[in-house]
Amino acid sequence: MNRKQTLHRLLRLLAPAWPVLAASLVFAAAGVGLSLYSPVLIGRVIDCIVAPGRVDYAAVRPLLFQLALVAALTAAAQWLMALCNNRLTYRTVRQLRCTAFARIQQLPLSQIDRRSRGELLSRITSDVDQMADGLLLGFSQLFSGVATILGTLGFMLATNAAITAVVVLLTPLSFFVASFIARRTFAYFQQQAAARGRLTGLADELAGGEKEVQAFCGEARAAARFDEANAALRSAAQKATFYSSLTNPCTRFVNGLVYAGVGIVGAFVALNGALTVGELSRFLSYANQYTKPFNEISGVITELQNALASAGRVFELIELEAETPDGPVQLPAPDGHVELDDVSFSYLPERPLIRHFTLDVQPGRRVAIVGPTGCGKTTLINLLMRFYDPTDGEIRVDGHPLPSLTRRSLRAGYGMVLQDTWLRSGTIRDNIAYADPSATDEEIVAAAKAAHAHSFIRRLPNGYDTVIGEEGGSLSAGQKQLLCIARVMLRLPPMLILDEATSSIDTRTEAHIQDAFAGMMAGRTSFVVAHRLSTIQSADVILMMENGQVIEQGTHEQLLAKNGAYARLYRSQFAPAE
Amino acid sequence: MKHLLRYLKGYEKEAVIGPLFKLLEACFELAVPLIMAHVIDTGIRSADTGYILAMGGVLVLLGALGLACSVTAQYFAAKAAFGFGQALRGDLFRHVMRLNWAQQDRVGASTLITRLTSDVDQTQAGLNLALRLFLRSPFIVAGALAASLWIDWRLGLVFLAATPVMALVIFGILRLTTPLYRAAQKLLDRLSLLTRENLAGVRVIRAFSRQSEETARFDAAADELRALQLRVGRIAALHNPLTCVLVNLAILVLLRQGAFAVDAGRISQGDLVALVNYMNQILLALVALATLLVSFSKGLASAGRVCEVLAEAPAFESPAEAPAPVSGAARVAFENVSFGYEGGEKELEQISFSALPGQTVGIIGGTGAGKSTLVNLIPRFYEASEGRVLVDGVDVRALPFARLRGRIGLVPQKARLFAGTVASNLRMRCPDAPDEALWAALETAQAADFVRALPQGLNSPVAQNGRNFSGGQRQRLCIARALVGSPDILILDDSASALDYATEAQLRRALAKDTSGRTTFLVSQRAASIRHADTILVLDDGRVIAAGTHDQLVHSCAVYRDICRSQHIEEGL
Repeated sequence: MNRKQTLHRLLRLLAPAWPVLAASLVFAAAGVGLSLYSPVLIGRVIDCIVAPGRVDYAAVRPLLFQLALVAALTAAAQWLMALCNNRLTYRTVRQLRCTAFARIQQLPLSQIDRRSRGELLSRITSDVDQMADGLLLGFSQLFSGVATILGTLGFMLATNAAITAVVVLLTPLSFFVASFIARRTFAYFQQQAAARGRLTGLADELAGGEKEVQAFCGEARAAARFDEANAALRSAAQKATFYSSLTNPCTRFVNGLVYAGVGIVGAFVALNGALTVGELSRFLSYANQYTKPFNEISGVITELQNALASAGRVFELIELEAETPDGPVQLPAPDGHVELDDVSFSYLPERPLIRHFTLDVQPGRRVAIVGPTGCGKTTLINLLMRFYDPTDGEIRVDGHPLPSLTRRSLRAGYGMVLQDTWLRSGTIRDNIAYADPSATDEEIVAAAKAAHAHSFIRRLPNGYDTVIGEEGGSLSAGQKQLLCIARVMLRLPPMLILDEATSSIDTRTEAHIQDAFAGMMAGRTSFVVAHRLSTIQSADVILMMENGQVIEQGTHEQLLAKNGAYARLYRSQFAPAE
Repeated sequence: MKHLLRYLKGYEKEAVIGPLFKLLEACFELAVPLIMAHVIDTGIRSADTGYILAMGGVLVLLGALGLACSVTAQYFAAKAAFGFGQALRGDLFRHVMRLNWAQQDRVGASTLITRLTSDVDQTQAGLNLALRLFLRSPFIVAGALAASLWIDWRLGLVFLAATPVMALVIFGILRLTTPLYRAAQKLLDRLSLLTRENLAGVRVIRAFSRQSEETARFDAAADELRALQLRVGRIAALHNPLTCVLVNLAILVLLRQGAFAVDAGRISQGDLVALVNYMNQILLALVALATLLVSFSKGLASAGRVCEVLAEAPAFESPAEAPAPVSGAARVAFENVSFGYEGGEKELEQISFSALPGQTVGIIGGTGAGKSTLVNLIPRFYEASEGRVLVDGVDVRALPFARLRGRIGLVPQKARLFAGTVASNLRMRCPDAPDEALWAALETAQAADFVRALPQGLNSPVAQNGRNFSGGQRQRLCIARALVGSPDILILDDSASALDYATEAQLRRALAKDTSGRTTFLVSQRAASIRHADTILVLDDGRVIAAGTHDQLVHSCAVYRDICRSQHIEEGL
């Protein structure tokens, strides 16, 4: 997305808030106008106070009264402008953030799987923050800055054209200096970004793998690696910061030149009587005010460019194409008749994975899927749940093609337990009740008992109200899996998908859980990926997969008799080893 | 937070020179209104063009000197601030590396990473700002105050009265906003947690069709953040208007009293202009301070977060000296050991057993029975709450970490490799192990074949977390890594789960062949994996309910019998 498109999108995002934006502009103009008027008043007062005996008290009093009024109004305008800007910025940012998050919920899984999580995360967090900072600064300084420049220019021209010319000619110097430095320091900032990236990666690796580091007494070597990256970052960051911070003193020097120029030229003009001392003092204060925004604008422009770049990344995310819309049909409680009709699928067009696969699973049947890692077991589940759509062919549940159904009703028909256990930060109770937050305590406990999770939950410090941290915190892999099973047990749907659901659970508990599942599986169609013999043997159909193809299909006995790939796998995996 | 300042050690000179030059620059700036006053009073009054030009020259010179001082100040400030940041980050990292496992579980890696990276960045940026500019504004205020008193002490009283009020406004705002900025940072953390969690659980969320609830949850957090930001904004936005009103009020009083002073001949018109200019300089300095305060508040909030981690004291430290091993003692012994997380129930209760050199101990039991916790007590990753864990007759609490852990080879449940090469991963504990030792370990771990098949062999690259290897390969590399350096104690924590039965059996045979006095702990859920162990501990709910050999347990322990049955090990039953 180029800068122009981003700007366009940003303006569209701001459009609904135009009354606030307009109010902000009005307050900015009013604030600047008023603050520029006070030097006029002060100048007039000074002209009334010339020397002993030449003080016009009568004229001073009303001027002072006006000055007080102007100051109060200026303050009010400044405050209101700041409030408008805050409102504008935070509303925009909140909206953008929530839109981006909502978008992630609608993206096809292929988009999410393809990207690194950290990258998507940074778009919603740091990019949006970066934009917020830039916008706020932009709104508050750009408006008032431009208004100040125009205002002072007007006031100065009204007073004296010659001195104004000095100011106008000298000031752009600071602009050139600033942009010259910015260009030169860009390379340093790039180096800094790279060094920071390396350090973050290292921190991620070492803090994430800290247990291993400690187990192998690698603390000292880890620290040495970290120190190296740390030193590199320091040197890059110090250079970038130092060179970029030269902008401020340099532009201030230019301001000093402007001030001196106004003073000298003004003094000569005053000598000729074309300018009073009060007017000169006013000019000096204008010269100061006129140059300030130039310094700030150079900073603001970098910040705005940064904000625009970040906004572009966020918009890019928002504009990713969403999933194909749902079909109109609400799948009622399905019988569980699942058909795959000549299904083909590939993640990458040039590497076909599943080719012309046909399968008819009658209601209540149990299908076991076996095969080596990467053979397409998980892909099959992706297709059944409609996380991905087949590139060719059709999948039907109870005779309804999947695209004709709402995703919600289709997925509500399946209970899914994956090997990769996912729990959210929150209490144990919240996690079990994930499928149905309105579940009663009795139902939750019953589900936990069915999943054999009740006994370990009871032993936790706060039982069902124990808060578990990110990624399950200190729970063991097996305990996490038990919770995932309890989550499904709470509202057991008519069809089940179990992808290595009990791989981290001890065999005795597993046997109990299998019993519980078996009791509930009566009449439920189930798809089970497993490596344990007991699970596979009792299946109605075993699908032996390899390279995305189902190469063998049948019951345990049939496949053994066939003496093919399944029989070989069986012998290598399950035959008594010694 | 004060103790963070100790990281400035070694940069005291820079930390003083930086602000000092900044102040020098401020002096030059402060001189400008005085010179203008002279231009007005002397130059214009007596129409002395030479004087005006000379003073103009002085103004330019002051500007140039100011520039030089300012550049010097920036240089030293940056040097001090980034030196500080480097020292702080390095120390923080070392501190993080000393946290024990219970603390790591509680705190979580992701927040440690943020604190090591962006929070340190914010803190050092805050310091840099403070060194460069924070002193400047108060100094300009003080200087302007002094200059005004020098011009006319009675009018200077106006400055003297106005300045404390302004300082009060600034510090009041800072006091009110800092905790709010910290709260905002926390909410940002929460948004990032929600997002990360959602990306990780995208399949489950969709399977349960909970997208709209997740979105609502995120929206609620985003709304909370917005409300808080608006609240901080309202307070912070008061700064400029309030100072503007105060300064103008002061100018008002100044002009009114100045009128009398000029009338009485105490000061000149130029002096009055200078006084007004000084008041304006104060205003500008305070406005600049306001912008700084926002960044500085953020820096303070981050510094607080860094301090939180530093305050997380390691629950136990490595002792300096090691007592001599007791001859004839068991290699590993547990004496009435109990363990529980703080506030939780006991995970392990009253565990006692001992293992001799050369022995293999099998540990089996249900999910959550405490198998991993038990073996992790040996390298002192967790510390027993009651009882003693002894290695060679010495309490592990008396052994320096390096001495204790240097003798233990651990294969954790989750196989994690580091970015680098196969060799660099294998050499984690013994950086100078020869290639032959690596190959020997790979042979034992059943990993030699696939490593040999890699185009670059031992020097093949390993991606972060070993993503370029399959689960089974990762696990075998982790086993080899633990074997390099011939540890006296080997702990395999359910670390053959990704291996098929045949490979696991080969691994077990290879390990048995090459014991050389090594004591091995095998944690497993597969009875087949541990049945040949010299002692098998059967764990249930944190207690050892039976101990003995396979044959003994099959007869004496119903739970063990059950486990074997569920795994179709009928032999000996």
